[in-house]
Amino acid sequence: MGGIADLGGQEGWGAAAPPPADEPVFAEPWEGRAFALTAFTMGRISGRNLDAFRHSLERLGRAAYFDDGYYGRWLNAAELMLTESGILAEGAVNARARRLRGEQVEEPPAPEPCKPDYAPTAAGSLREVDDAPRFDVGDRVRAVAAAPSEFTRLPNYTRGRTGTVEMVQPAHLLPDTHALFRGENPQHVYSVRFDSRELWGPEAEPFQLTIEMYDSYLEPAS
Amino acid sequence: MTTQYDPADLGTERLSPALRTEALEQLLTERGLVRTDVIDGFVAKYESDLGPLNGARVVARAWVDPEYKARLLKNGTEAIKEVAWGGGANGEHIVVVENTPTRHNVVVCTLCSCYPWPVLGLPPSWYKDPVYRARVVREPRTVLAEMGLELDDDVEIVVRDSSSEVRWLVLPERPAGTEDLTEEELVPLIGRDALVGVAKVAAP
Repeated sequence: MGGIADLGGQEGWGAAAPPPADEPVFAEPWEGRAFALTAFTMGRISGRNLDAFRHSLERLGRAAYFDDGYYGRWLNAAELMLTESGILAEGAVNARARRLRGEQVEEPPAPEPCKPDYAPTAAGSLREVDDAPRFDVGDRVRAVAAAPSEFTRLPNYTRGRTGTVEMVQPAHLLPDTHALFRGENPQHVYSVRFDSRELWGPEAEPFQLTIEMYDSYLEPAS
Repeated sequence: MTTQYDPADLGTERLSPALRTEALEQLLTERGLVRTDVIDGFVAKYESDLGPLNGARVVARAWVDPEYKARLLKNGTEAIKEVAWGGGANGEHIVVVENTPTRHNVVVCTLCSCYPWPVLGLPPSWYKDPVYRARVVREPRTVLAEMGLELDDDVEIVVRDSSSEVRWLVLPERPAGTEDLTEEELVPLIGRDALVGVAKVAAP
C-alpha cells in the first residue's frame, strides 16, 4: 500500500470535469499567503528541504491532507516542519488563531530550535554522478516490489512492474534519503515506459505511461 | 505512514486554513523570520509574472521556427531560456514532448502536483484534484473525454507521471487555418490546458 498521497490508480474519486476557462492563481487570498509561507519555511526557516516537505505532506491525516485543499495541506505540512525544527511550539498556530477570533487563550512559549543536521551540497536537486548509468535506452527494467523507504517517490502502482528505459535523465539526489536527512545519495534517473496492461491488467485501456525512476528503484529484467 | 498529523484539529472542531494562515504569518513576522512585504512580492510574482503565457511564447516560437523546435525537443531547459525565463523551482530540467495527429502526451503528478512552474505558473485546480491524479494514469482516454477532449481510437496516448524533478511540457499541434498568423498572433491562441495535454489548441 502507498501512503495518503499515493493516488495513482485509486478508484472512487468520481468523474473529471472540463477545466474552467478563467481561474485565479489563488482562489482566496489566504492561499497565496500559505503558499509563500510554506516556500520560505521549507528551506530557510525550518532548515529542511523540498523532499522533507513532501514527507511532511504524506504524514498528514485525511482531513489535513484533503479537506483543507491544496494550499491548506501546504500550511499543515509547514506547521509540521516548524514544530519538528523547534521554531514553533505544537499548538502555537491554533492558539494564535483562536486569539485572532477573540478568544482568551494562552500561547505556548517558543521552544528551543532543533533544526536537522543538514546542509545541501548545491542548490536544487540535480547532481553530478561519476559512474556511467547502469541502464541504457531500450533496456528492460523492473521496479522493485516493495517500498524502498518510509518515504519514496516510487508509486505503489509501478512496484514490481516491468518496463523499458525510454530516456536517461540528469542525475538527481535521492528523495528517499534526502527527505530524512540521511544524505543526498545522488543517482541516475531514467524515464521508464510501461504498457497499460502491465500496470492494470489485460482489460486496461491501451496506452503507454512513462515515469521517472531513480536507479535504486530498478532491477534488470530480461 | 502511520502518523496522522492534523495540526488544525482542536478535538471539537477544526480551525479553517484561512484563519490559521493569518496566525502563522503573524507568528513568523513577530519573530523576524519573514517580512510582510517579502511575502507580498512573492505572491505577486506567482500571480502575475509566472504563468502559461511563458509556455505559450515557447510553443508559438516552435511553430514558426523549425530550428528552434528541434532545439526545444532536444534540450527543453536550454531552449526555453531563449524565449522566456527558465530554471528555478520546478524548472531545473524540462523535457518538451510533441503531440501529433497519432500521438498524444498528457502530464500528471500522481504523488503531489509537480508542474513546470517557469513556463506554466502554478498548477490549476483540476491538476491538483485527486480525481485527475488518481485516474489519468489508469484510464486517460476516459478522463480526457470527461474533460472535453475526445481522441480517436488510433491515437496513441502517452501519460507522463512526474515523480522526480524532471518536468514535462507538451508542444501541442498547430491548428489548421493558422498558417498565415505571425508568432505574436499565435501566442494568445495557446492556453495552459493544451500545454499539459488535456486540450488541443483551436484556430481563432
